[in-house]
Amino acid sequence: MLYAVLCYNSEDSVFSWTKQDEEAVMTKLVAAQERMARAGKLGPVARLMPTTAATTLRKDREPAVVIDGPFAETKEQLLGFYVVDCENLEEALDFARDLGNANPGGSYEIRPLLVFRPGTLAQ
Amino acid sequence: MNDIAWIDAALTSARPRAVSALLRYFRDLDNAEEAFQNACLKALDAWPRNGPPRDPAAWLIMVGRNIGIDAARRQAKSKPLPDDDSLSDLGDAETAIAERLDDSHYRDDILRLLFICCHPELPATQQIALALRVVSGLTVAQIARAFLVSESAMEQRITRAKARIAKAEVPFETPGAPERSERLGAVAGMVYLVFNEGYSATGGELPLRAPLCEEAIRLARLLLRLFSSEPEIMGLLALMLLQHARAAARFDANGSIILLDDQDRTRWNQEMIAEGLALIDKAMRHHRPGSYLVQAAIAALHARAARPEDTDWPQIDLLYATLERLTPSPVVTLNRAVAVSKAQGPQAALTMIEPLAGDLSGYFYFFGVKGAMLQKLGRTEEARVAFDHAIALANNAAEAAHIRLQLDRLQQDSAPAAKKV
Repeated sequence: MLYAVLCYNSEDSVFSWTKQDEEAVMTKLVAAQERMARAGKLGPVARLMPTTAATTLRKDREPAVVIDGPFAETKEQLLGFYVVDCENLEEALDFARDLGNANPGGSYEIRPLLVFRPGTLAQ
Repeated sequence: MNDIAWIDAALTSARPRAVSALLRYFRDLDNAEEAFQNACLKALDAWPRNGPPRDPAAWLIMVGRNIGIDAARRQAKSKPLPDDDSLSDLGDAETAIAERLDDSHYRDDILRLLFICCHPELPATQQIALALRVVSGLTVAQIARAFLVSESAMEQRITRAKARIAKAEVPFETPGAPERSERLGAVAGMVYLVFNEGYSATGGELPLRAPLCEEAIRLARLLLRLFSSEPEIMGLLALMLLQHARAAARFDANGSIILLDDQDRTRWNQEMIAEGLALIDKAMRHHRPGSYLVQAAIAALHARAARPEDTDWPQIDLLYATLERLTPSPVVTLNRAVAVSKAQGPQAALTMIEPLAGDLSGYFYFFGVKGAMLQKLGRTEEARVAFDHAIALANNAAEAAHIRLQLDRLQQDSAPAAKKV
């Protein structure tokens, strides 16, 4: 089963990490990903720019309006996501725990994929 | 990351919102800061045991407020009661705190806190020092290091700045749209000053001062999250990201400046450039170009050029023309002349800067540019006179070195051109 692992954290807080903290977290995250990659279970990985770079197309009126900023003002923001191929929810949760150990605070939402098309982007 | 590191990051990121809300309650900067400090001490004790609260800023505001109220009550027992105005809403401690923490408040709270720091009576250096202390929460020692002064001198500077704003009228009512926009403009200017304090560092100062650039970027991100549809704030953030993206390529091993044309562009930070470009893209949709956005667009054209010769100079010339209209200044025209020299040749640039001679007679960069143009035209003797002028006007060794470097560079540049003739 394919799962999306959606990473939420307070971007204010993440962007207040010192360089050393950030590097330490990234090293651990890469190690967690490599374990999945070696097992052939790691799909696309994305880290998003901060929500200040986001634009939202709101369709609650006609015509739809373009609004600067993220879809919703929340305490924690969607900062990135992984697509992984796991036997079951428990394995996906293990991966999320692994990521979580690298990285203080925040939450991971594990969401099974209904449709997955790898797309046509070259590496 | 250990407990202390993430708590530290959480406290830092919660600080502007928490201190600015506490300032609204206590209407006194020192009391607000003290309440925040005390709340942080409680956090250091409680958070490792209980885990981080869902909203660290709200936690700190509530705890800080309660501590502050207790302190005020203790004082009140030994002193006559202060009047209601100065106490603000200390009395209604039990009223709906949730309503007080409404997000719509904190936008103006944070803006107010930043705005206080850019009080017009404060000289620029005091504005920056105060903002770094109060809003960013840097220690006096950290700020003193960044400003290359002693800790006691910086302590004095901050104390003086605080005393000055304590006497000033701080507007606590919710601002109307024109006031808000005026405050935002002043705050943006102050944030850019913080950035430039770091950006203008050279040599051995560099590691000490570069964090100022990162702090300015963090403050601009904070502002943009609060005022998400302000194209000038997008422009300001983009401008700083695009300039800071070059940080690793701007200096050689000795800490001397490497000019744009000579920088190893593979060392430019592509993530910052991508974010800067994305922000410009967003801001352009508003069709309200301001000076930060136009400067960011100029920086973007440099960032997009993989090699110096790929730079779109005619477009940079046009953008400087726009900047001249928005903020007319001989310095902007001088910068434009550099683009003109690349796009149309040194004679056009020289014609453009000649009328500036009166206004810029004390500006070293004017003579640097003039000398360069003259040299390219083969008017070596006049060029040397201009260069000597430039060196004499340099404000510090770094500027003089910068000009000398530019001169060296231009001398090298002119060599192959001379061969062609």
